[in-house]
Amino acid sequence: MLGRILSGDFPRAWPLMVVLLIILLTLALAPFLFSGAQPLNVAAKICVFILLVASYDLLLGYTGIVSFAHTMFFGIGGYGAAIALARIGPDWGSVAIGTLAAMIVAGVLALVIGLFSLRVRAIFFAMITLAVATAFAVLASQLSGITGGEDGLSYRVPEILRPSFRLSEGTVLGTAINGRVITYYIVFFAALAGFLVLLRIVNSPFGRVLQAIRENDFRAEALGYPVVVYRSIASVASAVMAALAGVLLALWLRYTGPDTTLSFAIMIDVLLMVVIGGMGTMYGAVIGASLMILAENYLQALMKGLGEAASGVPFASALLSADRWLLWLGILFILSVYFFPAGIVGKLRALTGKR
Amino acid sequence: MPEPLLSLDGVHTHIGRYHILQGVDLAVPRGGFTVLLGRNGAGKTTTLRTIMGMWKASKGSIRFAGNDVTARPTPQIASAGIAYVPENMSIFAGLTVRENLVLAARSGEIDPKRLEWIFSLFPALQRFFGLAAGALSGGQKQMLSIARALIEPRELILVDEPTKGLAPAIVSNMIRAFREVKNAGATVLLVEQNFMAARMLGDTVAVMDDGRIVHQGLMAELAADHALQHRLLGLHLDKHQ
Repeated sequence: MLGRILSGDFPRAWPLMVVLLIILLTLALAPFLFSGAQPLNVAAKICVFILLVASYDLLLGYTGIVSFAHTMFFGIGGYGAAIALARIGPDWGSVAIGTLAAMIVAGVLALVIGLFSLRVRAIFFAMITLAVATAFAVLASQLSGITGGEDGLSYRVPEILRPSFRLSEGTVLGTAINGRVITYYIVFFAALAGFLVLLRIVNSPFGRVLQAIRENDFRAEALGYPVVVYRSIASVASAVMAALAGVLLALWLRYTGPDTTLSFAIMIDVLLMVVIGGMGTMYGAVIGASLMILAENYLQALMKGLGEAASGVPFASALLSADRWLLWLGILFILSVYFFPAGIVGKLRALTGKR
Repeated sequence: MPEPLLSLDGVHTHIGRYHILQGVDLAVPRGGFTVLLGRNGAGKTTTLRTIMGMWKASKGSIRFAGNDVTARPTPQIASAGIAYVPENMSIFAGLTVRENLVLAARSGEIDPKRLEWIFSLFPALQRFFGLAAGALSGGQKQMLSIARALIEPRELILVDEPTKGLAPAIVSNMIRAFREVKNAGATVLLVEQNFMAARMLGDTVAVMDDGRIVHQGLMAELAADHALQHRLLGLHLDKHQ
């Protein structure tokens, strides 16, 4: 049963399995484990980014395609839901229309980009995606009548998802089941389902062909596999999943703007999450996204505490100042790439002798 | 005379500004083992790659099983029934031995009887069936590369220097395996520098030099004619006997 759910792709290293179980249980029980808005916000963001990073790993890690347009598809998802909810109305019909339209637009756009540019060498493809993503970001900013421009769009979600909604008067494990908790579980289960679909894709015969193409596209062609077709299909699947992640973020934040979906900083974050977790391992997306989002949200607070503790020590207090958190994040990234060139998942598997 | 399974007629290939194949005429008879010989840089590998569509022929035509395949893309040529074993142990290192073989099976499934036959040719592959192909030794990688071409019956198998860089014991094993393949009735075009191996396998032989076929005939005739060997290949076979 578990083998079918995971498509036969087990973690294959007990330390990795333990870490993944901790992350899964923490995310599954987050509304009941933590109080306050921030932890739940962090947990929801981790769920969304696991899906986003896993969908990018399908491209980068499994197919060997470097794309800078992934946040564009993420943005299409976010704006799809946002525009539908803001323009049509805050009901489930709008959510369905927004989601479907976003996934179709993302898929078609990915197909067009793929068919036109996946024949060129990897570096040129990366440049083309960068240009398209930049153009899309400019377009989203300029079409303020539709997208809200730089200010983005704030909108209402269906009643059951609003913070004021209460499923019942009582509590479960001390937590009131309100609209935020319901939204969180929609985000959690949709991200989990999306992740399992991606796991199924990479472990299917189609996924094996993608890996063969990543290793050597000439050899794959010589076996009879049309590389451009396979790359384009992977690109479409990846874009559709990224759009779904964008919809989930839009539902969670009740706001969609260029900074939350289209910014290049998010693209860099996604790239770092894939590399830190381990390219070509879906579980790497779980580890990479969890680690990076936790660091982004709590490193500053941790640094502040350390800075105060080291207030009497020359240099140390300045070095550990909360303002320096980005410097430490950078150092952590360099160290992780140096010590875990195959990512954390790759390292954990190597430690236990599994590939 | 029956039509050859594969024929190249005046094929030219340019790679960048280099004119590599300069009018190759070659016929590969159905059901036979044809060996393509020639010194380094004569154009043997380019000939195989041009047949597979990896380098496009700039002039001339390539016909396979009665159809013109000159301008077809590589996947279509492969799907038409030509298996290609490139030189340098071209396996997918990140995939298991099994996954490498499944990839080569167009149906997506391996015929158990066929697999059994392949295991009888290359027992090491059975031992390491579930192991990552990258962990195999050089000889085993070459066996896997050939096994991939044999996993399904193909009309034509192109093999590029399978014995290159392998230990003598593994070369003998490889020759035994190719004899089995030959006995099974496969049509093979083999590029080989090792004349001893070529002589044991070939029914017909073609010799290349400077991007052209300079000799084509029966292998038995070339093997018996030391003067011809010396002229075409610079070989003194009596020293090897």
